[in-house]
Formats: sequence, C-alpha cells, structure tokens
Amino acid sequence: MLQLSILAPAVLNGLMTGAVYALIALGLTLIYGVLHIINFAHGALLMLSLFGVYFLNRLAGIDPYVALVIVVPAMFALGYALQRGIIARTSHGKDENVLLVTLGIALIIENLALFFWRSDTRTIDVPYAFDVVDVGFTFLSVPRLVAFGAAFVVAGLLWLLMSRTDLGRAIRAVAKERQGARVVGIDVEHIFAMSFGIGTACVAAAACLLLPTFYVTPQVGNAFVLIAFTVVVLGGMGSFTGALVGGLLIGLVESLGGLFLGETLGQIGIFLVFIAVLLFRPTGLFGDRT
Amino acid sequence: MLEVTGLRAGYGEVTVLHGIDMAMDKGEIVAVLGSNGVGKTTLNNAICGLARPFAGTVRFAGVTITGWPAHRVVGAGLVQVPEGRRVFPNLSVRENLELGSYRRGRANRTRSLDRVFAIFPRLAERASQKAGTLSGGEQQMLALGRGLMAEPVLLILDEPSLGLSPLLVEEMFALIRTIAAEGIAILLVEQNVVQSLEIADRAYILEQGCFVLSGSAGTLLQDDRLKRAYLGI
Repeated sequence: MLQLSILAPAVLNGLMTGAVYALIALGLTLIYGVLHIINFAHGALLMLSLFGVYFLNRLAGIDPYVALVIVVPAMFALGYALQRGIIARTSHGKDENVLLVTLGIALIIENLALFFWRSDTRTIDVPYAFDVVDVGFTFLSVPRLVAFGAAFVVAGLLWLLMSRTDLGRAIRAVAKERQGARVVGIDVEHIFAMSFGIGTACVAAAACLLLPTFYVTPQVGNAFVLIAFTVVVLGGMGSFTGALVGGLLIGLVESLGGLFLGETLGQIGIFLVFIAVLLFRPTGLFGDRT
Repeated sequence: MLEVTGLRAGYGEVTVLHGIDMAMDKGEIVAVLGSNGVGKTTLNNAICGLARPFAGTVRFAGVTITGWPAHRVVGAGLVQVPEGRRVFPNLSVRENLELGSYRRGRANRTRSLDRVFAIFPRLAERASQKAGTLSGGEQQMLALGRGLMAEPVLLILDEPSLGLSPLLVEEMFALIRTIAAEGIAILLVEQNVVQSLEIADRAYILEQGCFVLSGSAGTLLQDDRLKRAYLGI
C-alpha cells in the first residue's frame, strides 16, 4: 500500500492549498451565502488584488505581507463602490441581473488587465519564498503555513464581526428581513455595500498571502472562483466555519485525488465530494437546517 | 408635532392616497381607522420614508421630512412598528431588541433593554431564543419592544392587533396605553375600530384614500355613520 511518507505530505499540502480556497471562499460566503449576491466578479477581484500586491512589490519594493495594510482597505473601498455604484443600481434587486452584472464586471476587469498587463505569468521574489520547516517526515513551506494560519484568523474575525457587532447583526438582519431592517433605521443599501466591501477585502487578504508562493495572470481568478462557489455551497451558505472546513476539505480531496488519479483526473474528486455532500446534507456541512 | 398636508401617495401609476391632511400633538394617541385596502399602510409608509409620496408634505418636530429615507426618519425619532411584525427570524430576541437601537438610542441600550424586559417579561424569558420560533403574540411584543428601543418620540403602530387572540388584543391595547402614559405619542393604524377608539384621544376614518370623518374618540363613538359602517348598529 501507499507509504506514509508520500501520503502525509500530500495531506498537509492539500490542507495548505485548502486554506487558500477557504480564504477566498470566506469573502464569498459573506457576499453570496448571506446576502445572495451571486458575485461572479469574485475571481476578477482576486486577480486585481494579486496585481496590486505584485506592482506594490515590483515598483515600490513593498513586502506582500506589509501590502496587506494597503491592498485590503483599497479593495474594501472598491468593493463598496462596485456594489453601491453599479451592482445595486443596475440589478433592481433581481438575482439574474446581479449574476449578469457581476459577470460583466468580471469580463471588463479581466480584459482591461489583459490589455494593460498582457497574459504573461508574473511572480515576485521574496527572500522567504522557499523557506521551509522540517516536521520530521517532510518539509512545509513557511509562506503556505502563514496562509494556513491566516485562514483561521480571518474566519475568526469574520465570526466576531457577525456575532458581536451591530454591523454584523445588521448584515444578518438585512439578509432575512429587509423591511424590518428599514424600520429600525438600518440603511439597507449601505449594509449591502459594506458586506460586498468586506468580502472583497477578504480576497485582498488572500492575494497578499498567496502571492509569495503563487503567480498572477489576468485569468488567474477563474481557477479559484468556481472552487470558491463550490466551497460556499459545500460548507453551507453563509457559514464561516463551513467555508473554512469546506475549503480545507476541497484542498485535501484535490491533493489526494491528484495523488491517486493523477493531476488532471484528480479534480474529479472535488465534484464527487460536492455531489455526495449535497445528496446527504442539502444545506451543506454547516448550513442552517431551517 | 406631526403635520401632514395634502399628502398623495401610491405605487407606480396607482394613486392610493388622494390628499391627506392630519396633525398630532405631543403625548396624544391618535387612531387612523379603516378597513382593508383603504390606504392605511400606504399612509404609514409615506410618513416613515418607506415610500416616496407623490405630493404633499410631512413635517415632524418642526422639520420637513418629506422624501427622507427611512433610516433618517428613524434617526429623528419617528419609529414604526410595521404590519406583520417584521422581526428578524434568524436573530435572537435580544439581538432583535439590540438592533432596535441601531440608529437611535444606542447610548442607552442597556437601560432600554432592561425597561423592555420589564414591560414584556416573556421576552426576557426567551432572550436567547431565535425570534422566528416565537408565537405570533410574542413576535408582536418583540416588534413593539424593538420599536421602544429607539426611544421614539412618535411611535406608529400598524395593525398591532392583527392575528392576535381577543385576550392578547386586550393586553396589547392596555400596553399601548401604558407606553403612551410615558409621554410617547402614538399613531395607531387599525381595523379594530371599537377598541382603538377606547384608548385613542382622537381618530381619523380613512376610506378610499381620503379621510371621511375625524374628531375626538368620544364623539366618533356616538357618530351614526360610523356606527352603521363599522359597528353594525
């Protein structure tokens, strides 16, 4: 049978890839899971954040982790403006319009990126990119471990935001009872835009944590957006625990699938798990049963 | 304190209210009475900023608030307890009440919460329960409590007796009187003519988008037209 020395690194690597999926899905579960904004621009916004981190590093020599304090607020502002200025104005509250508008935004952002930056694969050089820790049976990449830890921190922060602050309560209130929210004086359009902004800030954080060991091209978002939607539904719409566990699970399945079935066929495992979970738990792993 | 002049409002192309004039003073209980579909909720929403009126003005506490968004109106102290309760089913009772002071009264949140729990002991018992699991009567209490959390100057109650058992209706009207006794002006929008007139100081009768009758509650109770139309005598 398979040796532990092959299996264990595959498991750990899968979990670390999964943490990145989780980071991206955390933002999406707020936007899509809680408020049902079908955000096809999520991947394009990730790509834009990655370019932001890339240029900050290349042009200004800013470390990707330091770039967090610039890229995260900037992407929050962009997300807020996109929802308030474009998506809300053009969708008139209809899901199918939201879907088309966000898809349109994604196409525009991606093609502008292609026009200005071409489809070259770009990477940055940081001195710690290949740092590893020896865990006995294998070596683990330090930047990827950082991303792994950050996924838990971001999930925890989002959970605190949603359960302990008025903003979080207002987001949950708006999700289920808009008229009720209006009569207590909640500015519903503002809350939608705040949620979109926070969700976008999450992909910005993911971008900062991803770039030390990853690359950026104008199409890089596509690889993640489908997986992010899968993770959100698999984990349970709007559940941060679900996004975290779902992301890790998908990363694990992808890694083990690759190990047993080969790189290309390995992806099939993701969708097998997805279908199996939805068959037995239609609301997802951590979704509300109501 | 509340002054409505020439208010016309409706939905899309349809005009529901054809020029409403009304006024309210501090500490009054005023009832707007009428059967289903005469425009009571439209009036309510036009005053609260949930629907933009076609014409006319709404003045509250000396300020023209016509066309203000709902959250600004709440900020000024004009708070609505909407028809159908509209509590947040996925939030706990306590969280529902906390959000009552989202826009206004946040500084006194703890004190207001104690006060609401004192008025509605049932809500205190169920503080950590999801609002969606409450009975209809409890949800109505929660909606009312949530309205009080904003420290309203004027509280608009849209059909608070709807869907409640006769005993609970009795209890609800007694509570409204208690709240009014604390100095909060109350605009009671109701179908329940008799019980509303019993607690109100004055009332307006709404029919087909116009006020057809108005006066003190005592006079209206003796009015022959009203008796025939609403009381079946």
